[in-house]
Amino acid sequence: MSEVIHIEANINGRDRAFEVAANHTLLDVLRDQLGLTGTKECCVVGECGACTVVVDGMPMNSCLMLAVEIDGRDVISVEGLATDGRLSTLQQAFLDVSAPQCGFCIPGQLMSAHAFLQRNLDPSIEDVHEALGGNLCRCAGYLQITEAVMLAAKAGRE
Amino acid sequence: MKEFSYERPESLDDALRLLAASGSEVEVLAGGTDLVIAMRDGQSQPKVVVDLKRITEFYPSLMWAGDTVTLSATATMAETVDDEGINKHFPALAEAAVVVGSVQIRNRATLLGNICNGSPAADTAPPLLAYDAIIVVAGPDGTRRVEIDEFIVGPGRTALQDGEIAVALELRLPSRPLGSAYERMTRRKGTDLASVTLCATVDDAGITRVAFGSVGPRAWLRTDESGVLADPDASDEAKAAVFEEIFADATPSVRSLRASPDYRRAMLRVLGARAVRRALRRLQELQGVS
Repeated sequence: MSEVIHIEANINGRDRAFEVAANHTLLDVLRDQLGLTGTKECCVVGECGACTVVVDGMPMNSCLMLAVEIDGRDVISVEGLATDGRLSTLQQAFLDVSAPQCGFCIPGQLMSAHAFLQRNLDPSIEDVHEALGGNLCRCAGYLQITEAVMLAAKAGRE
Repeated sequence: MKEFSYERPESLDDALRLLAASGSEVEVLAGGTDLVIAMRDGQSQPKVVVDLKRITEFYPSLMWAGDTVTLSATATMAETVDDEGINKHFPALAEAAVVVGSVQIRNRATLLGNICNGSPAADTAPPLLAYDAIIVVAGPDGTRRVEIDEFIVGPGRTALQDGEIAVALELRLPSRPLGSAYERMTRRKGTDLASVTLCATVDDAGITRVAFGSVGPRAWLRTDESGVLADPDASDEAKAAVFEEIFADATPSVRSLRASPDYRRAMLRVLGARAVRRALRRLQELQGVS
């Protein structure tokens, strides 16, 4: 039997205490245990970015972390971006420029972009490309995704 | 992922005790960007995983003292890239660390883990070889300091013995003006393993060092003391002959899907020339020559 460990973490602004199996990844626990299925499972080797969440302000691949490693940390998944049923500026920008096509990569794109805009509200296109370089879009909607991030940055500056 | 028990020691002594008690069925976890994949694939099936991230001795992860910077086992690629001193004094290391994986990977992956993982394509291996990094290894019998050239052994293998932990990596400021640069070749920009990695350093005495990886079982360090590579007026033919010797041990795998052996060998020379040129330019900037 794998060990079960009690952890406490802030998930999307809420302090939570729960048990995780030692051999479960953060991605497993978010989706199957906490029901936060906005975070997507895809390559599970850290190449596609679909599972990106923000841990202590930094985007990370939840498929490459053990769930127990978030003990004591702040985690934001895509479900944590909207407040009181209102989309964040960034989410709205994605909709405004029709960035989502099939939509599968979008939660990850949003989380990388969210963490990035916390640090840089005046980015160049190249900055955005670099920040989102770890998020692949199979529909190749990169132009619109970049545009959305630039738009959200502009809205954030105003 | 197979079942295992998870340990999170708060001191190095406790970590070493856990390792001693677990024999060879233990894995040490820092960033986990290689380990978690290996455990999911079943390549690694530890009974015990020892997470190093709560060990108090490892913080701060990056520390300057006198002419030495010490990066602990928990220092991430992102922390390495963000450090002003690393960028100023070891620019080729910053250049290598900043192209590892993606933002997500660099926030998690550790510099020391990149070396301990033992990949021949490790981006940071060539600059760390060229800068003469020292790996500090703690074990049941105390601490030993290993030159990185001795530490790196082969694919997936290092000088680490059972029961030992690589606790830190040390870099000393170069004793004389040193220009350096890192180059890599990948199939695409962004998340990809390198087909060629290469770091060149040139000092004010005209000695050029070239470290290169992803073209054999491990990254190698070679030195040109003839002064030819560092001489801006030397002919391309003369330099080609020196590079020929430097890269003599390159034996790119025929089985790799990333690039053919011929292509890798050809690109070694291109990247070598490029890195030496940039290293020379940096040396001249240091010396105030415009």
